[in-house]
Amino acid sequence: MTAVQTATDTILEVNDLKTYIFTRAATVKAVDGISFNLRKGETLGIVGESGCGKTMTALSLLRLVPKPAGRIVEGEIVLNGEDILQKSEDEMRDVRGRQISMILQDPQTSLNPVFTIGNQLREALGIAHRENKSSMLSRAVDALRKVNVAAPERRLDDYPHQMSGGMKQRVVGAIAMSCEPGVIIADEPTTALDVTIQLQYLRLLKEIQAETGLAIIFITHDFGVVARMCDRVAVMYAGRIIEQGDVRDIFSRPAHPYTQALINSVPKLEQSVDRLYSIDGQPPLLSNLPEGCRFAPRCPYVSDQCYEAYPQSYTLNEGHYADCWALDADWQGTPIEEFVPPTGTAG
Amino acid sequence: MAAVTTTPEVAAPSTPQRENRLVSGLRVARELPVIPLLVLILLLAIPAIFANQLAPHSQRIGVLDDAKLPPFWISESFEERMVVQRADRNRLDVEIGLSNAQRKVERGEATILVGGEDGEVNPGDTLRFQARKGGSMEYPLGTDKQGRDILSRIMHGARISLMVSSLAILLGGGLGTLLGMLAAYRGGKTDSIIMRIVDIKLAFPSILLALVLVAAIGAGFTTVIVVIAVLLWARYARVVRGEALAIKQQDFIDRARVSGASNARIMMRHIFPNLVNTVVVLATLEVGHVIILESTLSFLGAGIPAPTPAWGVMVADGRDLITTAWWIFLFPCLAIVLTVLSMNLLGDWLRDKLDPKLRNI
Amino acid sequence: MAVATNNDALLEVRNLKKYFPVTKGLILMKTIGYVQAVDGISFSIKQGETVGLVGESGCGKTTTSKLLLRLENPTEGDILLEGRDINTFRGAELQDYRTTVQAVFQDPWSSLSPRMRVRDIVSEPLVVNRNVTTQEKNERVAEVLQQVGLHAQQATNYPHEFSGGQRQRIAVASALVSYPKLIVLDEPVSALDVSIRAQVMNLLKDLQEQYNVSYLLIAHNLATVRYMAHETAVMYLGQIVEYAETEELYNNALHPYTRALFSAALPSHPDLIREDIVLQGEVPSPINPPSGCRFHPRCPFAMPQCSEEAPVEKEVSPGHRVSCHLY
Ligand SMILES: Nc1ncnc2c1ncn2[C@@H]1O[C@H](COP(=O)(O)OP(=O)(O)OP(=O)(O)O)[C@@H](O)[C@H]1O
Ligand SMILES: Nc1ncnc2c1ncn2[C@@H]1O[C@H](COP(=O)(O)OP(=O)(O)O)[C@@H](O)[C@H]1O
Ligand code: SF4
Ligand code: SF4
Ligand SMILES: [Mg+2]
Ligand SMILES: [Mg+2]
Repeated sequence: MTAVQTATDTILEVNDLKTYIFTRAATVKAVDGISFNLRKGETLGIVGESGCGKTMTALSLLRLVPKPAGRIVEGEIVLNGEDILQKSEDEMRDVRGRQISMILQDPQTSLNPVFTIGNQLREALGIAHRENKSSMLSRAVDALRKVNVAAPERRLDDYPHQMSGGMKQRVVGAIAMSCEPGVIIADEPTTALDVTIQLQYLRLLKEIQAETGLAIIFITHDFGVVARMCDRVAVMYAGRIIEQGDVRDIFSRPAHPYTQALINSVPKLEQSVDRLYSIDGQPPLLSNLPEGCRFAPRCPYVSDQCYEAYPQSYTLNEGHYADCWALDADWQGTPIEEFVPPTGTAG
Repeated sequence: MAAVTTTPEVAAPSTPQRENRLVSGLRVARELPVIPLLVLILLLAIPAIFANQLAPHSQRIGVLDDAKLPPFWISESFEERMVVQRADRNRLDVEIGLSNAQRKVERGEATILVGGEDGEVNPGDTLRFQARKGGSMEYPLGTDKQGRDILSRIMHGARISLMVSSLAILLGGGLGTLLGMLAAYRGGKTDSIIMRIVDIKLAFPSILLALVLVAAIGAGFTTVIVVIAVLLWARYARVVRGEALAIKQQDFIDRARVSGASNARIMMRHIFPNLVNTVVVLATLEVGHVIILESTLSFLGAGIPAPTPAWGVMVADGRDLITTAWWIFLFPCLAIVLTVLSMNLLGDWLRDKLDPKLRNI
Repeated sequence: MAVATNNDALLEVRNLKKYFPVTKGLILMKTIGYVQAVDGISFSIKQGETVGLVGESGCGKTTTSKLLLRLENPTEGDILLEGRDINTFRGAELQDYRTTVQAVFQDPWSSLSPRMRVRDIVSEPLVVNRNVTTQEKNERVAEVLQQVGLHAQQATNYPHEFSGGQRQRIAVASALVSYPKLIVLDEPVSALDVSIRAQVMNLLKDLQEQYNVSYLLIAHNLATVRYMAHETAVMYLGQIVEYAETEELYNNALHPYTRALFSAALPSHPDLIREDIVLQGEVPSPINPPSGCRFHPRCPFAMPQCSEEAPVEKEVSPGHRVSCHLY
């Protein structure tokens, strides 16, 4: 296993986290043994296809896994030096919002349509500061100003439906950051936004991060967002992190065949590509996972070993790990650039 | 065929899918709402179909002598004396005096405690009976004031209720579905007009409207069905319109239009099949409503004319005797309550089952 | 309009406009204004080529596609298919048009009737427009299913038995079944997963090569358009602000809005971040679009004349048209 460096500036450390959902028909292994850590002021990207367990990971970190079907069955989540899995529900209420908070994908549904945004902001701030009404008002205005909402005084009386998607997502951000948490999980916050608005939002997050030293976990399926935002990347596939490392390592020297294939299957803005690489088939069901490597049915480098046991994790570089047997058999010491799959599918 | 270099997907759906269907079929079977279904089968379906074979008595003609007998478990035993007027050897004869007691003896419900001194029954002897007064298995749920068997009448009433509710729902639901679909699909003026009529209809007190209609066309079986259908269609139209509007937004409707499908084809092939669930669930939930409506109408005397044993008529019959012969009132009432409750439970269950969002899990 | 009538154009759009009335009141429905969803656009699509239409949401891309598909009637302007105005088509001509122009929509979950079998979904364009026997129908369905990489036996399944990527293939099969000349693709891959997108894009490209079908590709992802389209039109608030061959446009974007879009597009590598123009604010309402150049409230290069005078479209180099006072 990776020797997790417990530097003093580590704010969140996740060890072998497993979150299963127990349905009548099967057990869905939504998160099946993931480990990573996050430092102050750092942005960690979690990329993966839909259904690979990204949102479940996020909900686990807040201990908000849907009950009673979902349960964290194993692992440690060490936030600011304390394992939050040992905390009671009451203690968790103090952790959520204050130490770790979340921005959801859909701004339409994360605001309550029947209250003004001023009302919702003040509620969030009230929990944080327990102050009187008037100073709360100026705090709410400040919070909106911080997320670049123009004329915040007038905006306080607006209802969510009177605002555009980008504006709403900023308000959601303001609410999430109202208690000055050390960690924010952003679950695909920009997929519902237009490109120009998305850029505004991403830049805003970066600015706030530079000011406050916030650590961000950025969940997305878009490698562009990762390239723009993240310092480190964890690639998820079927409930596991199959590769993680520095963002430049992942983009320039991806080691895991799945990461390579994904990066090669995204069309490039900067250059024209004749033919995109495409991965056959689709991800396995989390309720019916294959033995061994979960990518094996789709992997061009598959060998017998891959079907037998889940691959070991190999260290490729400082902080760059990947779970793949091919790295052991053939690629030790070989430059990883050569490990780029051919373009085009075998017909 | 000039095949393009495509990537045939690995999934071979047939067998696992079949298996899944079987498994989910079994699961559905296990989750069936057993009690409501049993109640409905025992209380509504079987009696309705086999009323003629099963009912112990006529539903229309009663024995006046047996009027207002309570249900079987309410009876007391008492001693009765009577003088034998004519006797033929050991057999008691018809003219024993109280025909009631005599019949009881014949049926074995009363026993002779003391006979003639010499073991024979002679005219002029005084007999002492151990007799039972009250209900018997002859009329398990008792009789009404005309001596008609309540159980038989409830059984025949089930048939009426089933017929009225299915026909009325077919008529009203069909009309409402059609209008709702039309309103949603056509939009604009058609929609405004249909929905305004719906609003007006829903703003009217339904019982009042029903009474007015009955007064206009005259009471009868057909009238009741027509009146209930008129009361029902608006709710269907509203629900179906909402649902159809959502379906109309979906891309497959646009795709059908791009393919050149006619409006009729789009409504029948693309919209209606997606409404079936809603319509079925609504129908199940409405059965309860219809039975109550039918009962109310009958209770108010605007329903199915008297000798026919509709449940509402029976309740109406029993209402003035509620203090003395409560069973006349209670059993049809219970039949209504149980049926309506079971129908609603079944409807709720169906709604959960048929909701495609829940079904895919 | 300064549009050279193109001889090899399959479809030509001339000065197309669509205004939606904004109404008030339930019964009387008073019109209080118009949404200028599409306001005078012109372009043409060549046989066997793809025209990409990019722009932010609400700029009129879907409305344009609906006009081409005759799901809406234009307020003004013409759409010519092989030189004939499609809005005059009736009866047999219209049926013919329905088989010639097909569509694939964005959301594979809502674009297939959940209660119909794949066979009936795929064959619908044939069944409603031509007299085909059941055998002909089944053979053709089997053929197109194979062309899109599905199994012929899957024709009897229902849509919910397929994944998103497979469903989009079914939609493509249905669009192909009637041997169309043009397929309108409205965001065909944006609802799909990353690893499935490449499958569908490659399929579409292969089919184009094989059958010489033309595409109108609507997308907001610039990289997708670069991969798929031969020519690209950039739309802003109902108008085409720049139009060029794809390679030309991506190497030499001129209009400030196009350049802002490129700046906002996300990089494919962390070392390729380039944000020279960051737009402030949001797209204004198309009900009362800004005067003059519609982009002027957000344009970093706006000049006094921009708010007064609408720029005229200029051809700056062969095939590269741009509407901006800077050129
Ligand atoms: N039926 C309609 N009635 C009124 N306004 C409409 C109608 N259809 C579209 N609009 C308006 O026209 C404008 C253009 O809409 P359109 O759907 O073409 O945008 P789009 O570019 O496809 O956006 P997206 O990327 O979100 O799909 C929008 O402002 C929209 O609100
Ligand atoms: N409430 C639930 N019941 C059953 N399965 C669920 C539930 N929520 C999520 N899942 C399953 O868990 C897996 C991971 O989900 P999620 O974390 O939301 O994926 P992502 O965010 O990567 O799209 C998926 O297979 C999903 O179907
Ligand atoms: S372990 Fe084997 S199957 Fe899995 S990614 Fe590596 S080579 Fe492919
Ligand atoms: S015309 Fe003026 S406002 Fe419009 S894009 Fe050009 S410079 Fe900007
Ligand atoms: Mg998610
Ligand atoms: Mg659109």
